[in-house]
Amino acid sequence: MSTPAGSDVILSAQALVKHFGGGRQLLSGRAPLIRAVDGVSFDVRRGETFAIVGESGCGKSTLARLILRLIEPTAGKVEFDGADITAIGEEDMRRLRREMQMIFQDPFSSLNPRMTVGALIAEPLAVHGLASGRERAERVADILRKVGLPPEHAERYPHEFSGGQRQRIGIARALATGPRLVIGDEPVSALDVSIRAQVINLLEDLKAELGLTLILVAHDLAVIRHTSDRIAVMYLGEIVELADRDALFEAPLHPYTHSLIAAIPVPVPGARGARQLLEGDPPSPAAPPPGCRFHTRCPHAEAICKNERPALRALAPGHTVACHLAERLPPAPPAVTTVSASTAKRRRLELFAGARPEPVSATS
Amino acid sequence: MTAASPAGVSTAGAEALAQRRNRALAKFMSNPTALFGAVLVLTFVVLAVFAHWVAPYDPNKTNFLMLRKAPSAMHWLGTDEIGRDILSRLIHGGIASLYAGVVSVFIALFVGMPIGLVAGWFGGWLDALISRATDALLAVPFLILAIAFAAALGPSLTNAMIAIGLSQVPIFVRLTRGQVLAVKTEDFVEGARAVGVPNRLILLRHITPNIFAPLVVQATLTVATAIIAEASLSFLGLGQQPPAPSWGSMLNTAKNYMDSAPWMSISPGIAIVLVVLGFNLLGDGLRDALDPREQ
Repeated sequence: MSTPAGSDVILSAQALVKHFGGGRQLLSGRAPLIRAVDGVSFDVRRGETFAIVGESGCGKSTLARLILRLIEPTAGKVEFDGADITAIGEEDMRRLRREMQMIFQDPFSSLNPRMTVGALIAEPLAVHGLASGRERAERVADILRKVGLPPEHAERYPHEFSGGQRQRIGIARALATGPRLVIGDEPVSALDVSIRAQVINLLEDLKAELGLTLILVAHDLAVIRHTSDRIAVMYLGEIVELADRDALFEAPLHPYTHSLIAAIPVPVPGARGARQLLEGDPPSPAAPPPGCRFHTRCPHAEAICKNERPALRALAPGHTVACHLAERLPPAPPAVTTVSASTAKRRRLELFAGARPEPVSATS
Repeated sequence: MTAASPAGVSTAGAEALAQRRNRALAKFMSNPTALFGAVLVLTFVVLAVFAHWVAPYDPNKTNFLMLRKAPSAMHWLGTDEIGRDILSRLIHGGIASLYAGVVSVFIALFVGMPIGLVAGWFGGWLDALISRATDALLAVPFLILAIAFAAALGPSLTNAMIAIGLSQVPIFVRLTRGQVLAVKTEDFVEGARAVGVPNRLILLRHITPNIFAPLVVQATLTVATAIIAEASLSFLGLGQQPPAPSWGSMLNTAKNYMDSAPWMSISPGIAIVLVVLGFNLLGDGLRDALDPREQ
């Protein structure tokens, strides 16, 4: 995938590769080579929300860290605003971090327990020389208000807050320098389900208010369904499908995407059965299967899948997929199949609905 | 966490910190052996600080009418071979012991910690070099190393402190390095990098405060070792020089009179045992109180 250095592209990953291990060890010979990210390319457009989805161990967090150059890529490059950030010196990179920030998964371990909230948020301002003294304190108070925390909380320590509040602090810290690109590494997966929507909505609001570009990493589609503009689906270190959100949900092309969509919990009573859920774990990235990496778990796999590695190809404008069979696959089964309820159950539901002030939409 | 009143919010952080400290303090206070250790150490510290006023006699004043007298109402712990009061010498000797213990550990901490920070943080060949050198030094028995340093530097209390401190550097290098390796994988350290905090500040603000508790515990325990080392060096004539009193040198002269004047060796021996016991119990208590798993 070539990247036009057009001005609407804020970030471009080009054939990014990250292998861990593989070095010589004193006694045991060679350490196993882990192909965490294996040739990933994509462009992120200015102002969009770009989501990266995949199950644990698919390399999505590694990818997020590569994009921010928190780890060095084995090969490939990352361009931010058209400039290759993998080629610049450490000090230049450090200054550039003002423009690109990260929100971490675990709000309990990502805040230094020995710094006050105020100090945590003031630190990015201080190290980038953005504000000092009274002005800095005011900026900290502003940011706290922006993420929905009272400015007085600046005096407190992270352990005094709940998970959702801590994640707000993490967001405040990430936004302190006024970045243009923010990467959320599963920013809500450690939070209670009841808090997730709040934090996601906050991110959306801030994105609109501050004109951010957002990259969200997630392990299922449920969280990003309503927030992302485009979605990249990752499997074992590779992107297997990349499409606009609507295209991906309405006409998913890769069997793995099918199963991810099928795995979204559906809050409909009576929904039964027809879910096609994947079994087993993904193969080890130390020994990825030959051919298509998904063939070991794919319900449609054919001989070609075991031998030839499918390339990413565009089947529709802006919709790329890496699957030999993409054209021939049956369309994804509807996510929900409802089973008609028994008469007794229907009666119970009707009674229940009658007792409630607002009627519950009955099934089937 | 209950919501603080608007008037009280500005002190809420300080309160929380105080609470955390109080928790550690409460845990320490409810540990009788740790308290016993603290009292022992405190007693020796008070005696050493106020030695001038507490000691009944001048520790260096000889009295040839009172050679090697057994403990009596006049001389509670007896007198030595040239008629000096052993209790007074013991109290004044405590200054040298505590001083040597504390100063040498400070030397070890302030040399060892930065080296350990560098090794743990930067890793690579620098870490390999530092770690191998540390291993090599740790392979040499601590006291032998201290004697070698002291012999090279020349006999005096100051040099003994430096020698003991240098010999303890590897312990702190290794401990610091290990702690840095543990803390540096924490998300908040990666977070600091992501924010753009320079290495120097990450080490200073994010790593050091989070590895300090185990270092404090180790330092307390090491003071005990250092006191024994000072006594040993003084016993060998490499530490405190006569006539200034020190427990080690008192033992050195006392060994010649083990049969005729056993009190000369018994009291400095007991003093060393008690102060070392005190520091060990104190260190153990601190370790339990500061254990992060309990918080």
